[in-house]
Amino acid sequence: MLTLFDIDRSNRGRKLPSRLRSLWRVRVYMRPYRRQMTRMLLVSLAGTAAMIAVPLVVRGVVDGPVRRHQPGALLLLGVLAVIYGTLEAAFIFIRRWTQSETALGMETTLRRDLYEHLQRLPISFHERWQSGQLLSRATSDLAVLRRFLCFGLIFSIVNSLALAVGLGLLLRLDWPLGTLVAGSAVPIVFVNRRFCGQHLLIARRMQDQQGDLATFVEESARGIRVIKAFGRRQHMGRKFSEHANRLYQTAIGKNRLLATCSSQLDLIPNVTLGLVIAIGAVEVAEHRLSLGGLVAFVSLQTVLLWPIQSFGWIIATGQEAMTAADRVYEVLDITPSITDSPGAVVVHPRSVTGRIRFEQVGFAYPDHDGGRGRTVLTGVDLNIIPGETIAVVGATGCGKTALVSLVPRIYDVTAGRITIDDRDIRDYTLDSLRSIVGTAFEDPTLFSMSVRENLTLGHHDASESAIAEAIAVAQADFVYDLPWGLNTRIGEQGLSLSGGQRQRLALARAVLGRPRVLVLDDPLSALDVHTEARIEAALARILRETTALLVVHRPSTVVLADRVAWISDGTIRAVGTHSHLMATIPAYRAVLSASTREEVS
Amino acid sequence: MSTERRADLAAWRGIATQTDAERSEAESPGAAAVVRLRLASRRLLGSLLRPHRRPLLAAVLLLLAQNAASMAGPYLVKIGIDQGIPPLTESPRDLTVMATVACLFVLVTIVEYVGKRGFLLLCGRIGQTVLLDLRQRVFDHFQRLSIGFHERYTSGRMVSRLTSDMDSITELVTGELDVLILSGLSVVSVAGMLLWLDPPLAAVTMLSFPFLLVLSRWFQSASARAYRKTREAVAMVIVHFVESLDGIRAVQAFRRERRNSEIFDAVNDDYRQANLTAMRLIAVLSPGIKLIGNLTLAVGLTYGGYRAMHGQMAVGVLAAFLLYLRRFFEPMQELSQFYNSLQSAAAALEKLAAVLGERPSVTEPARPTPLPGCRAQGTLDLKGIRFGYTEHRPVLPSLNLLVPAGQTVALVGATGAGKSTIARLVARFYDPDEGSISIDGIDLRKLSDHDLRRAIIMVTQENFLFSGTIAENIALGRPGASINDIEQAAKAIGAAYFIEALPDTYHTEVRRRGGRLSAGQRQLVAFARAFLADPAVIILDEATSSLDIPSERLVQQALRTILTDRTAIVIAHRLSTVEIADRVLVLDHGRIIEDGPPAGLIAQGGQYADLHRQWRESLA
Repeated sequence: MLTLFDIDRSNRGRKLPSRLRSLWRVRVYMRPYRRQMTRMLLVSLAGTAAMIAVPLVVRGVVDGPVRRHQPGALLLLGVLAVIYGTLEAAFIFIRRWTQSETALGMETTLRRDLYEHLQRLPISFHERWQSGQLLSRATSDLAVLRRFLCFGLIFSIVNSLALAVGLGLLLRLDWPLGTLVAGSAVPIVFVNRRFCGQHLLIARRMQDQQGDLATFVEESARGIRVIKAFGRRQHMGRKFSEHANRLYQTAIGKNRLLATCSSQLDLIPNVTLGLVIAIGAVEVAEHRLSLGGLVAFVSLQTVLLWPIQSFGWIIATGQEAMTAADRVYEVLDITPSITDSPGAVVVHPRSVTGRIRFEQVGFAYPDHDGGRGRTVLTGVDLNIIPGETIAVVGATGCGKTALVSLVPRIYDVTAGRITIDDRDIRDYTLDSLRSIVGTAFEDPTLFSMSVRENLTLGHHDASESAIAEAIAVAQADFVYDLPWGLNTRIGEQGLSLSGGQRQRLALARAVLGRPRVLVLDDPLSALDVHTEARIEAALARILRETTALLVVHRPSTVVLADRVAWISDGTIRAVGTHSHLMATIPAYRAVLSASTREEVS
Repeated sequence: MSTERRADLAAWRGIATQTDAERSEAESPGAAAVVRLRLASRRLLGSLLRPHRRPLLAAVLLLLAQNAASMAGPYLVKIGIDQGIPPLTESPRDLTVMATVACLFVLVTIVEYVGKRGFLLLCGRIGQTVLLDLRQRVFDHFQRLSIGFHERYTSGRMVSRLTSDMDSITELVTGELDVLILSGLSVVSVAGMLLWLDPPLAAVTMLSFPFLLVLSRWFQSASARAYRKTREAVAMVIVHFVESLDGIRAVQAFRRERRNSEIFDAVNDDYRQANLTAMRLIAVLSPGIKLIGNLTLAVGLTYGGYRAMHGQMAVGVLAAFLLYLRRFFEPMQELSQFYNSLQSAAAALEKLAAVLGERPSVTEPARPTPLPGCRAQGTLDLKGIRFGYTEHRPVLPSLNLLVPAGQTVALVGATGAGKSTIARLVARFYDPDEGSISIDGIDLRKLSDHDLRRAIIMVTQENFLFSGTIAENIALGRPGASINDIEQAAKAIGAAYFIEALPDTYHTEVRRRGGRLSAGQRQLVAFARAFLADPAVIILDEATSSLDIPSERLVQQALRTILTDRTAIVIAHRLSTVEIADRVLVLDHGRIIEDGPPAGLIAQGGQYADLHRQWRESLA
């Protein structure tokens, strides 16, 4: 399934059947609303019937009371027109009221499903997809779908029926004229068909280009300091202009297509109307048609104008909906590669001793299409006893971060296995595994939420004392001095923190709840010497009873480790104490000895 | 969802300097400001449309032609019935009137077709050109605005200005503006036709006007509130969505998914509720107009039938009247559909006008002073600097500092001492409140942006990489640099060894904000970028903090060579980086408390000496 999908993604203009299939699949979201959909359909039909009935009343007026001078009958027909008119409005009201609830319900459910699915997809997916592209699927594509399911879909049925009934009536009123009107459907179908083919391509291209533009904007917003520092305003402006111009060209093309088709869809019924009046007049003169009949025919035809013209619009929304459904399912169809295996066990984090073993572990980053890319680690063997702290040391880019990311299954191993307490980590539920393992990354991510929420993240039930302890360990007491303490909003939409403050929060987050296993990726890089020393002292206490893997760049942090694993050429070359490795491995010494000046002296 | 559940969920966002209500208030503020914003957005619209005056005029003419043609249709029907049919019944049959009417009808439809197509094409072209213009203006303006603005405004809001706001204007321009204009015009001309055809009947139908007025007034005021709510709600959905995905690593590692879903459900549901309110307004308005229209039609039919019965009105007039009446109410219906688009486009335009109305606090001089010689020397002189991010808390109360060309100055001090602020002032991210900063004797405020950025480059810890290849990211330092120059820069900085080990070497895509590179590697790329720019003054603000020791050593070796003929301001926690400085400044609350060469300060035994001792001890 995954490979099939990936092939499809490579050619952006997908074949119609597959698009139709995507749209067809949306029906599961309509299922809870079957009753409402049926009601809407029935009400729309009734409304259309009322709409069609009015011209017949008009005929009655012209042929009956006006010709025969019957004021009573006129009043009766007037009342009838009032009744039909009121009914039509009432039916529209019921349809729209039902529709708002139904459409929004479906849209909201789909959006939630999309979001939950995205949260389950692995990091390797998110590295390939910009959040801007995903966002446009969760907002504009879903809005397109909503519009189609509640307007387009209903009206495609109602208007077809209205057209059929209306044409039947027209034929009954006067068959030669009726045939003429029916015949005018041929060129309309022809115009619509041509429109379909072109609109499909251009709509998708436009959506993609809008996504590209959004991505570019996002980057230039986040990189504004770099752009400023280098004075690259013009450069960015030019690149933006390229994107915007590309979008402009596509939009102009789309507009041209729409202008031509919609005006043609106006032209055809109008010409038909002209012919109807001319021929109809002759028929009236020859007494084959009453004057009221002609007036009714003409007003019925005008009533049918909207159902006829709407087909172009329905087709357009239908196609946009197909594209949208396709883009949504493109994401929903990706199966999360890191999931609970069948029979995965749930364990209480406290019941784990924290013995970790790497057995012939290999890892390659997934490449562009989700296949296997560059190999980073091979044949890694490492045995960590409960409570032990291992520092991972190696040159920049040697795979230290990859190695520690494997433990909480941010990535999955591509060879060998990792065990905790002799059980493959893939045999724990993800939830269990990640509550056993606490993590802090190189660059701390903060969300636009309160400090408390940022600290607890998944531990929503963490106690106040646990939070206070985590803050103490990470020397993050500054949070108490924020304007609203732990309730202060931080992150992009809130108060901005310095790099060091962010890093301390990230560390507090990792140690919160005293996880059995700690994975810390260079957690102290942005801190000044004072703070670093204080944190190290606090961390040392915690690490006594926790199994830990630390990625380390500084000799000062190595002190925290019982043993050091030296990584080179994608595998662990040596494991031993810091002093042992310093003494025996020159490359290690080069990476961890403090400064050039020391070497000189 | 129960109320306490909601209350529990509401706490997650935390409290910000501005509450949410204030924030939206700030974006659509009080009465006087609203008027000002409206005026600004109208001026913006005017300035956008002005270059298109001629095509606009042509579009209006086409529109009038089309409208006249479409108005003529029912009138021709009337002539056909009243004057065309009688001669047909006489013998000998007289076809002339009917044939003329038929020919005219066909002619009129062709005019309508040509007019409509022409109008749509022209209107679309103008609309798209205006959009392109607006997009570029807003983007350029954002790029022009100072860092102070961006820190306040946040990137999220900048993104939504340039995407969702632009989208709502696009929606109006591409799909609906033409319908809007057409509908408005036809309502007016239909009313005129009705009056001309039969004033008494027209007078009766106009009884519907007060009802229409009341209905539309109600809708206007109710929907303005409802749609604003919708926009605020969708903004929350977007922020939560984007942040969860951007921070997905933390989300997954900390099992945040469930809680995130709960929050997402809440904001998603708020959005649904807001939309529901708005859609229900239309659910009342649309059938309301329909009802008024239908009743008017019924009354018109009865009264018209009565008049026709008594010979006061021809049947053809009645037929035409009914056709016109339909054309009167149908566009009204459509107008209500577009009201939403119109409103959100107007709101979007107001926000964009507000952004365009922001003046950069750091401005480029109109007539810049050129730097003497082709390359700056790099003498920095900070005189009497007073600066604070907020009025009441000066970060730098009074600072004087002279940095001779070629000197490397390290700034040392606790968090909040003002180190980064000095760096930002020298890079002219901000201008000082008092005092002046000059390079080679020229005030920074008198330099063109080009000269300033050519002379002074700042590298921060942020090390942002743009999507594209590594080579492209380095080339940002000097656009147009050859691949050879890029490689040289990477080599000089010590980044070459890891870049060359990558699968596509310099042409490796960095992907999502450089996600595949380690922080240290990203830093090296950022460094190479600065090196390629070859500035006279280089500012390193914590630029080496995420480098590991071999990389830092490589950079430091490179730094020694790079900094020899450059002025440098270095901020670093690691004293290893500070040690290469010629001069160390120890800052405390924005004041210089120690100043001298590193060795001298160590010998003096002040704060720096303390720091240095601690640092030595931390090296195992």
